[in-house]
Parts: sequence; C-alpha cells; structure tokens
Amino acid sequence: MKLVTVAGAPSVGKTSVILHLAALLAKEGVRPAVVKFDALSSADDVIFREKLGIPALVGLSDYVCPDHYYVSNIEEACVWGREAGADLLVLETAGLCHRCAPHIKGVPALTVLDSLGGVDAPRKMGPAASLADIIVVTKCDLVSQAEREVFDFAVASVNPTAAIVHVNGLTGTGALHLQRMARTWPRVDGVEDAVLRYSMPASICSYCTGERRIGRRYQSGNVEKLVVAKEAA
Amino acid sequence: MILNIPDGLRSVTILGGTDKFGAPEPVPSVELRPGDALALVGPTGSGKSELLSDIEQLALGDTVSGRHVLVNGDAAPPTATGLVATLSQRTNFVMDATVARFVTLHAESRGKDARALLPRVLETANTLCGEAVRASDPLQMLSGGQARALMIADIALISAAPVVLIDEVENAGIHKFRALEVLTDSHKIVVTATHDPVLMLMNAKRLVMRSGGMNRLVEVSGQEAECAESLRRIDEVMLHARERLRMGETLTPEDISL
Ligand SMILES: Nc1ncnc2c1ncn2[C@@H]1O[C@H](COP(=O)(O)OP(=O)(O)OP(=O)(O)O)[C@@H](O)[C@H]1O
Ligand SMILES: [Mg+2]
Repeated sequence: MKLVTVAGAPSVGKTSVILHLAALLAKEGVRPAVVKFDALSSADDVIFREKLGIPALVGLSDYVCPDHYYVSNIEEACVWGREAGADLLVLETAGLCHRCAPHIKGVPALTVLDSLGGVDAPRKMGPAASLADIIVVTKCDLVSQAEREVFDFAVASVNPTAAIVHVNGLTGTGALHLQRMARTWPRVDGVEDAVLRYSMPASICSYCTGERRIGRRYQSGNVEKLVVAKEAA
Repeated sequence: MILNIPDGLRSVTILGGTDKFGAPEPVPSVELRPGDALALVGPTGSGKSELLSDIEQLALGDTVSGRHVLVNGDAAPPTATGLVATLSQRTNFVMDATVARFVTLHAESRGKDARALLPRVLETANTLCGEAVRASDPLQMLSGGQARALMIADIALISAAPVVLIDEVENAGIHKFRALEVLTDSHKIVVTATHDPVLMLMNAKRLVMRSGGMNRLVEVSGQEAECAESLRRIDEVMLHARERLRMGETLTPEDISL
C-alpha cells in the first residue's frame, strides 16, 4: 500500500484536491482510501463514499490535541486502510495548529495552500509548508498570472525543493500532475519506527485536562509566559 | 518542477487524439512557434477549454482526449510546470496593493529590474485601454478593462511563461488587436478560445473545434484579412462609443461613423 499525508489549513481545498486525484487514480484501477483527521466534526468521509464510492474514515480528536491524536493513530489508520483493500491511503489532516506538520520521513508529503491566502500564507504554514515534498496551490484560476508567480516565489522561498502544482478545485485541471507523481510514490509496508519530519510541541498543562478558568492559580504543568519586549510599548 | 528549457522554447506541438465519440481527430497535429497566435473557435461544448487544459497540463495521452502535447518536439517531463500563463474571465487581482507595488513584487520575484519595468508595463497597459492606469492606483480600484490591460502587459513583459492561454476574455473593454500584438511581439505563443469574430480573424490561424475534436485548421485568407480590418474598425467604434457613454458624454452619428 502507498501512503501520502495531506496537510492544509481549513477550507483551502484539500478535500477537492484529493477527490480529483482519487477519481483519476480510480480510473486507472488504483483503489484509494482516505482517513480524515479533524478536531470537532467532519462530513468528508460521506463525501468520499458518496462521490467516489471509496472507503473513507473520520477520526475526531475532540478534547485531545489534534496533532498528538493524529500521530497516535497513524498505525491504526494504516491497518484500516489495508483491511479496506486500499492501494493508496491518504491521511488528510485539518484543524492542526501551524506549529506542527503531519508529514513523515519516507512518506510523500503534500501541503495544500490557497492562492487567495496572500503571499505570507506559505510562511505562516510553518513546517507543514517548509517540509512538504509537494505544495498544491488551489484557486489559481481566480487570481492573475502575476499573483500566481509571486505566490510560487513565496512558496519556493520557504521550501525551495518542493514541487509546486496548481490545481483548479472546480475543474480538476492540474490534478493530472499529481496522478503522474503518485505513480512514482513508494510502497510503505508499515509505519512503525517511521519518524515525523518535525517534532510536536509539548502540551502537558492544566488546560490539557479540561481546566477552563483563567489565572495563574489554575495553571500547572508546562506553562510558558509571554515575554514582553521593550519595543512593544 | 519548473520546466527548464535551456535553449528556449522553439515549438509546442499538439498531436491529435480522439473526439467525444472516440473517433480520431481530423486534424492530426498542430505546431506552434513563438510569436504564433491561434484562435480556437467552435460552438459551446465543442472542446475549446478542454484543448486549453490539455496544453496547460502537457497531456501525455492521459487526458480524456488522448492528445499529446510536445515541447520542442519531445514529451515534457511528466510533472513539468511553468510553461503556460493563463487568462480567463474569472481571473482577478486579489492583492491589496497599488499598481506600482504589484509590478515591483512580480518583477522582483522574477529577479528582474522593477524600476525599469514599471514604466514599460504602464505604457504598454495604457495602449490597451481607454482610461489610463497609474502607478499609484490601488489594484482593487481598477475597472475591468484596466485590470485586463495591466494583466496582459504584465504577462508580456514580466511573466516567464512562453505560452499564453486565453479563455473567453471578451467585451472587457480593451483593444483586442493591440493586446494580441503585445503578446506575440514578446515572442509568446498565444492560444485564444473565443466566440468573438474580430478576435478570430486577428489570429493568422484558427482551429475549428467540433464534438471535442480538432476539426479543421484554417488560415486567414486575403479576403478575410480585409474583413478583419473592417470588423476591427467596427470594434473600435463600439469601444469608443462605450467609453464615451460610460464617461457620461453624449453621442452623435459622427462619433460612430465608420
Ligand atoms: N476530445 C474529447 N474527448 C472527450 N471529451 C471531451 C473532448 N473534448 C471535450 N470534451 C468534453 O466536452 C465537454 C465540453 O467541452 P469544453 O468545455 O471544452 O467546450 P468549450 O468549447 O470550451 O465550450 P464553451 O464555448 O461553452 O466554453 C467537457 O466536459 C469536456 O471534458
Ligand atoms: Mg470553454
């Protein structure tokens, strides 16, 4: 089974990019399956099942840090994918904070950015953008050629080695490039012992266990305080 | 991967595949060279946009049409990008910046001299539309015509892409003939899908699309060139009338005499 991780801020078009890619792959006989990791709710599994008839699963982190929840369940997702008979398992993550990246060493890593997000968007995505193998830029059909080129330049300045692919989420134009890339992705037999491309931040404080009150008295564990610089005043 | 053509783009070749019914396309191949302008004509649903999409994605027999698009006679690497610039009705400026800032950002991202380019981009844009585009104008305040004019001047003078694909940029209130000239003068290959007779005849060649297939490649005849000239005058008159009325002026028969 092949594996790919897909990251991107909410509403950038991850699901439609995956839909177009999965539809192309299905046509050449590949069986894709998708696991969507989200924080609170997601109906994406229904979309994948209804639109393409492919196996899909949603994992909701709810009160657990979504990034930690994701890492803790990659193996389970892979077991599910293999049992579902998938040739390519897509791990889609949303609702992750931009301090993290779901990308794994040795597993193709795709990050989706919205060209309407402005030239700072690639930098703001942090490691998810800088450590991806492929950056998919969506909604390019809505912006001028110049802005597209400026955006690509901003992507290249945070990640000089990533392949940049423009995908029109409505028509699917550009997904063909992803399909061609997918043919070269390696098979991954298991993810045990695989290593994340970037570490995740510590989160062991009172708020992790359900505290909601504000104030030093209620804070315990790993607590970091804002340092006010002189220039701020 | 950004397509890197060390000795420059010499040609783009479209090798025919099949139409919507699976029949081989009547036109087996079309070759385009820098400076060439090709119009795609045909009724709605005849496959113009599909052909543009094949060129944009450098089809390798892996699209619905089964076409192949070759660069300098060879298949491009499967994931090459950066060959085409696109312009469609849906294209807009989204950046919150002035014209000067925008041109500067684009020029710098391409490693070009922004100071030298800004006046040239403005000068070119201002030959394309009636109302002048100024360096200090916010992009969001430009009219549809001004925005199109700026996009075309920018693609011609700054963009790296050697091929320009235009899908339905009609009635935007710009001098279409000049726009095409500006692009072909900068040695772009320009392919325009259009329903506009003036635009069709402005291209030396037009590819007639039917049922998803490339049906016939027509070269503009001497007679058609004359027609093009007359149609162009009609078009200029329409543009002139449009500008006057938009600016609150009144029109006399002399204003629109051909
Ligand atoms: N060679 C082909 N083989 C199979 N399907 C095709 C082919 N060419 C076009 N199609 C399909 O036909 C439909 C209409 O084509 P397209 O949108 O390109 O038409 P168009 O000429 O651009 O129309 P309009 O003038 O309305 O813009 C699309 O769904 C397209 O995928
Ligand atoms: Mg069309």
